[in-house]
Amino acid sequence: MSVLVYTESEEGKFKKTALEVASYAKTVADQMGTTVTAIAFNANDTNVLGNHGVEKVLQVNNSSLDKFNANAYANVIAQAAKQEGAKVVVISSSADSKYLAPLLAIDLDAGYASNVVEAPSSTSPFTVKRTAFTNKAFNNTTIDTDVKLVGVSKNAFGVHESSASASVEEFSANVPEMGVQVESVDKVTGKVTIADAEIVVSGGRGLKGPENWGMIEELADVLGAATACSKPVSDLGWRPHSEHVGQTGKPVASNLYIAVGISGAIQHLAGINASKTKVVINTDPEAPFFKAADYGIVGDAFEVVPKLIEKLKEFKAQQ
Amino acid sequence: MKILVCISHVPDTTSKINFADADTKFDTNGVQFVINPNDEFGLTRAMWFKEKQGANVTVVNVGSAETEPTLRKALAIGADSAIRVNTEAKDGFQVAKELAKVVQDGGYDLVIAGRESIDYNGGMVPGMLAGLTNANFVNNCISLEVDGTNAKAVREIDGGKETVSTSLPLVIGGQKGLVEESDLRIPNMRGIMMARQKPLQVTEPTGANAETTSIKFEKPAPKGAVKLVDADNVGELVNLLHNEAKVI
Ligand SMILES: Cc1cc2nc3c(=O)[nH]c(=O)nc-3n(C[C@H](O)[C@H](O)[C@H](O)COP(=O)(O)OP(=O)(O)OC[C@H]3O[C@@H](n4cnc5c(N)ncnc54)[C@H](O)[C@@H]3O)c2cc1C
Ligand SMILES: Nc1ncnc2c1ncn2[C@@H]1O[C@H](COP(=O)(O)O)[C@@H](O)[C@H]1O
Repeated sequence: MSVLVYTESEEGKFKKTALEVASYAKTVADQMGTTVTAIAFNANDTNVLGNHGVEKVLQVNNSSLDKFNANAYANVIAQAAKQEGAKVVVISSSADSKYLAPLLAIDLDAGYASNVVEAPSSTSPFTVKRTAFTNKAFNNTTIDTDVKLVGVSKNAFGVHESSASASVEEFSANVPEMGVQVESVDKVTGKVTIADAEIVVSGGRGLKGPENWGMIEELADVLGAATACSKPVSDLGWRPHSEHVGQTGKPVASNLYIAVGISGAIQHLAGINASKTKVVINTDPEAPFFKAADYGIVGDAFEVVPKLIEKLKEFKAQQ
Repeated sequence: MKILVCISHVPDTTSKINFADADTKFDTNGVQFVINPNDEFGLTRAMWFKEKQGANVTVVNVGSAETEPTLRKALAIGADSAIRVNTEAKDGFQVAKELAKVVQDGGYDLVIAGRESIDYNGGMVPGMLAGLTNANFVNNCISLEVDGTNAKAVREIDGGKETVSTSLPLVIGGQKGLVEESDLRIPNMRGIMMARQKPLQVTEPTGANAETTSIKFEKPAPKGAVKLVDADNVGELVNLLHNEAKVI
């Protein structure tokens, strides 16, 4: 009857979103008077899950599952959910989790609500609040099936502490045949990704050309941030497509989003609105971004950004 | 190769979103509807398969008669035929169930859908459809090639991309990258004329049930005014981000 949570890891280490979904699962379990079981693939430090309310960890150790495979992972998570008799399954909103979720929903005959931003307002009927219209609105939805699948939006619920000591059980699952084989992975290492970043620094057409991105990268470096850009910037080839954020690009839900030389078109804002604090630097006080931002500087990026970098360096040195 | 392109009919990206009937329904007043951007990339890739590999392309929408202009537009862009399943589905699962029937009846080898629709953003339909029809599934697909029954795809992952090999039957969740932005087509006069002659078949739903129910919509709380910092006093921004917003 427990709540099952899929806790994602990378190279054996849990991601921050894993702790966030564990915290979410703990809240749901408390509401329902039950406990949280986590399922983890090839992860090392399972103890940390205890700090976020997980009582049992089903540990899958299987080298054929070293690389993410949506169908295989969904299938194994479904086996775990069935073994535990889980009525609620919680996952994150990472690209991988969103990939496997609909397959898992079919495996479990579970109704699925994605992009959920709050703990359920009621567990019977099971009612959650999710984003719709690319963050332009919220939708309150009930999940009407016996087993429920909840995808939690990044950074919406937060990581909460609640101590339990997690017992660990080896879970030997049957791995189905993989219809999709990974041939090669091309991943920038040592760089913060937009998906994982707490802070994102983003540049727009106001920066005039790719040769001016040095200061954006430096600003990102000082802050430990990921870099992003508006759509025209990636369309013009100034920056790679993978940096394009917005309604038709990557979604951003960071703690801090700094927009430099970006006008704030509705399609851009929709994709970054889930960020907690937004800062805009733009020469035009009428730029729509000023209506969406928390803090703003009306000024020339080529003067403001170098000064900001300098001030941040001083600030970091004092910390 | 028989390709089915799933088209969701969504409000244009510039639309202001409002609700009606005590916030239980999306207010379509004054809203212009378009082909979901992710589906437009998919449709354009399907045109490539049609022109280069002789594929036959059908577009499908699960929806009411109001979505027909959107299907006609897809025909004008070059799809061979269209199907509308005549029901207003309540959730992604119900759509996927209806589409699964279309896929089974039509014997499609490749189903091209979008990573997500920009209205309800479920990101559910393609994966559920793959699960229901026992097809392979590649999500966040930014490149697709098919050779016989083998397929090679590239998918975007957090921080990079991944090349995968798989086989038909296949469902993809496509997005920008699948074709160049500049390859997207605006229907021309000839396309529009030809679209009128092409078959748009309306089928009745299987009556599959939804698994979730929408209760009520809400708009985000209005935001406070922006705090402006003088361009000559950038240090103040650092101070505010640290002490007030507590994000650095
Ligand atoms: C279907 C569709 C989907 C779209 N999806 C997206 C999306 O996902 N993401 C996205 O970003 N856009 C998207 N767009 C595009 C969007 O409408 C805007 O065109 C785009 O966001 C504008 O990018 P920008 O702000 O970089 O450029 P611009 O609109 O050209 O703005 C540049 C800004 O820089 C400022 N500026 C100029 N010089 C300086 C300087 N020296 N210092 C500081 N500021 C300066 C200007 O005042 C201006 O506000 C989409 C459009 C459509 C039609
Ligand atoms: N009503 C529908 N009719 C046809 N295809 C749909 C419909 N809804 C969603 N899809 C397809 O599924 C994709 C993902 O939609 P969603 O799961 O709603 O985010 C869309 O990009 C479409 O390709």
